[in-house]
Amino acid sequence: MSKFNKKKSGDMPAISTASLPDIVFMLLFFFMVATTMKDSDLMIENKLPKADQTSKLFKKEYVMYIYAGKPSERYQSTYGSNARIQLNDRLSNANEIQSFVTSERAARNSDAEPYLTASLKIDKDVKMGLVTDIKQELRKAEQLKVNYTTTQGSVTKR
Amino acid sequence: MAKKRGTPPEVNAGSMADIAFLLLIFFLVTTTIGVDQGINRKLPPMQDEPDVPPINQRNILTVLVNMNNQLLVNEELMELKDLREKAVKFLENNGDGTCSYCEGSKDGSSSDNPTKAVISLSNDAETTYETYIAVQNELVAAYNILRNRESLKKYGISFSELEYIFSDPASKGDYSDKELEELGEKVKYIQELFPQRLSEAEPKRN
Repeated sequence: MSKFNKKKSGDMPAISTASLPDIVFMLLFFFMVATTMKDSDLMIENKLPKADQTSKLFKKEYVMYIYAGKPSERYQSTYGSNARIQLNDRLSNANEIQSFVTSERAARNSDAEPYLTASLKIDKDVKMGLVTDIKQELRKAEQLKVNYTTTQGSVTKR
Repeated sequence: MAKKRGTPPEVNAGSMADIAFLLLIFFLVTTTIGVDQGINRKLPPMQDEPDVPPINQRNILTVLVNMNNQLLVNEELMELKDLREKAVKFLENNGDGTCSYCEGSKDGSSSDNPTKAVISLSNDAETTYETYIAVQNELVAAYNILRNRESLKKYGISFSELEYIFSDPASKGDYSDKELEELGEKVKYIQELFPQRLSEAEPKRN
């Protein structure tokens, strides 16, 4: 008479986990697409100032980055605490900017050159003396398109 | 007894999720959603002796920033929040009445018309970058307010949008050459209404 046996009530059916990989893959693809890899390790403090009249930068292939700021704590013993410029992976002096611009240009397609912009990522506590030096060097290298990279926010409300 | 052939054994897919999770966590950790925006400026080309055209004093709005990050606008101490309004007023003052689209007060002691108005900015070497950007932002905002107003009136699209589409290299694929040319003309037209004559002092040599 097993035909009429009642099902045991405490026995829950196992939840199928077959779709779990699909869900995880979906998330994975999202992050893969949204990810931008950091291409250089920052050795300086880099808190960008705020501005609200900003425009978006174009694709990465048209941008070169110049960083400036105080060396971060673990580098302060070697580099001191004065604000410095960082090009690619090392701290540099202002006079190295010209050769940096040349090498950045050479690394790119020639038709990308008129769009090439220098993105200045400068810490908000840097003094203008250093910023002026950077600008003068960029002018000497004829890299006139610059973008003062900032975070979005109002300047008057602190 | 021969083994039954034909149906291959099923591959165990249970560890698939683990592998995917591993990748997922890797990307989660390495992801930085970057800041890709800022104030676009064009630096003047290097000249040994810049030629200084004669400009009437009333056509210049001088903005000085000192080492304590204080603002002096036309010899008056000013708060940062008032700078934008002051610059807008100055630009479209229309002192000689030749600018038909301006809504300024036609003050005789301020700028003649937008094509003659110059904003001159100089800062101390000890000024912080944050203040410099704030001042730049306010001055660019003044130009943008006026340009957007005219652009909306004439083309029904804001100038910022117009310019972004025009200068983005990716637009080459989305628009035909003719459309881009038209866009360029529109951008140029608006720019000529309110030319951005924002001059920065050459750094002093000591």
